[in-house]
Amino acid sequence: MSKYSLTLLSFLFFVSAVGLSWAGVLSSYIQLVLMFVGVNIMMSASLNLVNGYMGEFSCGHAGFMAVGAYITSLLTVWFFTAGSIFGSNLLPPAWATVLFPFILLFGGLIAALVGLLVAIPSFRTRGDYLAIITLAVNYIVKSAIENIQPIGGARGFMGMGRVVNGMQEVVDIPWMMIWTWIFAFLTILIIKRFVSSTYGKGIIAIREDEIAAEIMGVNTRRAKMIAFMLSSGLAGLAGGLFAHILGYINPGSFGIMKSTEALVMVYLGGMGSLSGSVLSAVLFTLILELLRPLQLYKWVVVPLILILLMLFRTEGLLGHRELTDFFPRLRRIFASREEVHAAL
Amino acid sequence: MRLFEVRALSHFFGGLKAVSDFNLAFDGGELMGLIGPNGAGKTTIFNLVCGVYHPTHGEVRIEGRNLAGLFPHQVTAMGIARTFQNIRLWPEMTVLDNIRVAHNYRLNYSFLDAMFQTSRYREAEKGIERTAREVLEIMGLRDYAEELAKNLPYGLQRKVEIARALVIRPKMLLLDEPSAGMNLGEKEALIGLIRWIRKEFQLTIWLIEHEMRVVMNLCEKIQVLDFGETIAQGTPEEIQGNPRVVEAYLGKEID
Repeated sequence: MSKYSLTLLSFLFFVSAVGLSWAGVLSSYIQLVLMFVGVNIMMSASLNLVNGYMGEFSCGHAGFMAVGAYITSLLTVWFFTAGSIFGSNLLPPAWATVLFPFILLFGGLIAALVGLLVAIPSFRTRGDYLAIITLAVNYIVKSAIENIQPIGGARGFMGMGRVVNGMQEVVDIPWMMIWTWIFAFLTILIIKRFVSSTYGKGIIAIREDEIAAEIMGVNTRRAKMIAFMLSSGLAGLAGGLFAHILGYINPGSFGIMKSTEALVMVYLGGMGSLSGSVLSAVLFTLILELLRPLQLYKWVVVPLILILLMLFRTEGLLGHRELTDFFPRLRRIFASREEVHAAL
Repeated sequence: MRLFEVRALSHFFGGLKAVSDFNLAFDGGELMGLIGPNGAGKTTIFNLVCGVYHPTHGEVRIEGRNLAGLFPHQVTAMGIARTFQNIRLWPEMTVLDNIRVAHNYRLNYSFLDAMFQTSRYREAEKGIERTAREVLEIMGLRDYAEELAKNLPYGLQRKVEIARALVIRPKMLLLDEPSAGMNLGEKEALIGLIRWIRKEFQLTIWLIEHEMRVVMNLCEKIQVLDFGETIAQGTPEEIQGNPRVVEAYLGKEID
């Protein structure tokens, strides 16, 4: 029975979050925070794949998020709403209920392709160089969007609210809460499965000793390419969800600040630790919300937390470990299928 | 056709001649040694064979196929496995995972198989785990499977490295100073181990070694390198009596 416990726990959380939102028990502010937690889990877990598991240093994660956010938003607004930019809607707004996840996946795919464009020149570079390349890509994406006037330029783009409203007119359920958490769970599942396969272990071997990995038969170029594409694709999905949760996006939200937030979450949770990424995304989102009364000063407090963390716990909350390593009893709940078999 | 052949191999680092006109051939089943003073170019030759460097001149062939321009992981797939002078395990991974990763070159499932955990994926992973555990068992490392590689003592880390090379099912095994950093007892055990894996896996072994006791004990033929050039070749007895070898190691006698 225990092997299903984690799934059961996630399912319970999902049902209660969606149910309570639907019943109106949770205020719309709490709902918003809950959805941001989901988006942040996707951001930190996907960045952890590159920075934690593969040991590279990508610091332009928000650039991929922006690509996903804009592609998805442009498509849904074009398809399902009538507006000044695209004219009348191509498809009946009700179809959004079914097509939304596919459009979201398409946005993620485009973000993954942009990730590939970054991965190719980064084959020969490591460390500082990759950091600079990804930083540059972040700026390129942001400035490019700022300068495309038809989609709003620096003023931003909206209309996604009407798409979500259209979905709610068909069936009145908290659509974005549902999709956000479905994709957040999917992200965790995908990364978990990837890094526990022999294929994905090759990524960790690259972090540990790239030359040895290559000589012992790991196709390091392909492995890096796949890890990078997966990571940026998942960030693209997070971006698409983020855009539809807020109903409004502008290039300013996908600047270096957003990338830094993702980095902080990865280092707070611990490199190469998936449960750490989830934990830190939850903590970080809540801390930011709690510090909201401080207004701008929260950007003094949050980096301070990071500095203290680096001084006193450089490996993050759970560096290279999972929750179950610290609390072996949790294994009964979180045990993977293999571990259960091993125990039997 | 020969199992393995190196012909007129030369390599320059800028103006520095690291290896010049190196020739060698294996018919299969030999245990050959490559010795020479520090900086003679021994490890460079291994790196040239494995595709880490691309030779300036000359060619390397395994079973008649030229290895020119291949990436190291492709050379591995052709059946050449090696160990390293300074142990290069993946320290933060378990011993079992260290062995598992070496199966990467013959993975027959795709990324999507791993995502959906198809039967092909599960079969493959089960097979990989089985062979990995078998190799650990054979090498006497079973009890350390779940241990992080960095926590093992030096001698055992060497053994894990050899085990990792063995799961590649190599035709040629290249050992780069396997006895480096070992004490006397460990060296004796290593000699036994190398003899045994050679018989058990019917391997052709090519090893670099500084420790004369190990080389002279193990190898049937020895090639001596100095400043990138082959200065002598022959059986251990011939090498020991060769004045050029003595000179390379100990310097010229003063008249």
